[in-house]
Amino acid sequence: MPLINVKNITVTYGKHKVIDNLSFSLEEGDFLCIVGPNGSGKSTLLKAILGEAKIHSGNIILDKELKRNFIGYLPQHNNIPEDFPATVNEIVYTGLLNQTHFVSSKYKKRADDALKTLGISSLKNDSYSNLSGGQRQKVLLARALCATSKLLILDEASNNLDYNSKSSFYALLKKINKTENLTIIMVTHDLDHKNLLGNKILSLDHDSPFFGSTDEYVRRIHAH
Amino acid sequence: MLTDFINMFQYDFIVRAFIAGILISVCAALLGTNLILRRQSMIGDGLSHVAFGATVIALSLGFTPLYFAIPTVLIASFLILRISNNKHINGDAAIAILSTSALAIGAVVNALSPGSNIDINSYLFGSILAINQTDIIIIAIVAIASILLYFTFYRQIFAITIDERFAKSVGIKTDLYNAILAAICSVIIVLGMHMMGALLISSLIIFPCISARLMSKSFKSIVIFSVAISVITFIFGLTASYSFNLPSGASIVCANLICFIICWVYNKLR
Ligand SMILES: Nc1ncnc2c1ncn2[C@@H]1O[C@H](COP(=O)(O)OP(=O)(O)OP(=O)(O)O)[C@@H](O)[C@H]1O
Ligand SMILES: [Mg+2]
Repeated sequence: MPLINVKNITVTYGKHKVIDNLSFSLEEGDFLCIVGPNGSGKSTLLKAILGEAKIHSGNIILDKELKRNFIGYLPQHNNIPEDFPATVNEIVYTGLLNQTHFVSSKYKKRADDALKTLGISSLKNDSYSNLSGGQRQKVLLARALCATSKLLILDEASNNLDYNSKSSFYALLKKINKTENLTIIMVTHDLDHKNLLGNKILSLDHDSPFFGSTDEYVRRIHAH
Repeated sequence: MLTDFINMFQYDFIVRAFIAGILISVCAALLGTNLILRRQSMIGDGLSHVAFGATVIALSLGFTPLYFAIPTVLIASFLILRISNNKHINGDAAIAILSTSALAIGAVVNALSPGSNIDINSYLFGSILAINQTDIIIIAIVAIASILLYFTFYRQIFAITIDERFAKSVGIKTDLYNAILAAICSVIIVLGMHMMGALLISSLIIFPCISARLMSKSFKSIVIFSVAISVITFIFGLTASYSFNLPSGASIVCANLICFIICWVYNKLR
């Protein structure tokens, strides 16, 4: 049984059909990249999977095992006010709240590990409002990593990351996808990396809709 | 000065005012951090006007103010919550309409009721004599319950305050928390109103947090400083109110203003 089964979904905003009769399914351990031009409905699809956007017709069936508290999500736009007084640790800990009520030291360890893998351990007691754009993005990534144990949903997560951070972040994603059998869905415009990342691709481009393996997608691009 | 301070505790009403005031100050500071950081401070202001209107109506018609004002303000707080969640309504304007209407209706009912001799001034600017025996029991129960609730759900409340959408995505029941916070806020405003005054109670919610914000870089330190500032300014304010016969609310707000200036200077010099 697939982990996520999207069956003939249509999502509309008013009269505007953003997603029109889309179907695909993912197995546990899949790494899906979603590509497509601005406004093609990538973020909307993620919101539909998370239950944040209303589906007009069709349905999305999530595996019974995939409970809310196994999903980590990094939205495209974050809602944290620039000047919010909070430390990096305080923010990252909120990602643990789907597993624990009081954040004990056992869980704090997990947050420490997430900060370490993203290379921002030294910032953990710094104020979020004093960080650079890329550093903030890493904090929110760490928060999403803390919240995830089965599925990680990333909407243009590599925004604001410098070249090195981006490469090491992508390497990290590949690693946790393999070693922890974590399912990843990632929206990206980063086509340079597409043949390096993920085993499946979904293109929401109206002119060339596609769902299938990354290899096949690459072959098709080259054929054109 | 110190003997004056000790002497004033020989009066029961002063002891009551101190106990009630400290409890309310702590609650107001905790709620304030939440409201201010979410840019919803006008909710406190709106509710205090509703509380005033309801209290005046209750007194004019001969009801016990608390029993009439608490339900009224609770209803108003849920209305305000609905309004501020609705993207199609201009929230600020709607809250202003609700609060000024409540104020106006209160004043009209008061003027129409024959033989009414309510000391409006004490309700507007606060009275040190305000807290009676029943009040203090209600205040103690509500305040202690609120404080316990706040610290039990501290991380969850922080998550909602900083990023409600993410909080929802990790399974926190944000609507429930918002409703509980609004309810506590209403009750605290009603309970604190008579001592602080309807025009000034919202400053008890706002001032400590904005002063604390100047000194802190983490949420935890804002919470700690807010509570400390709130309690200290209350003690200074109430002592001054007693010593110089000032309206208690006004004198507490002045103490907060001085504290804010000190924090601001500290922030600039740092
Ligand atoms: N809340 C909303 N209300 C109305 N229309 C919306 C809303 N959110 C998105 N849309 C519309 O839906 C379409 C798809 O938006 P979406 O955010 O899913 O695009 P996207 O593929 O993520 O684009 P981008 O690459 O720019 O992030 C757009 O045309 C947008 O105008
Ligand atoms: Mg998008």
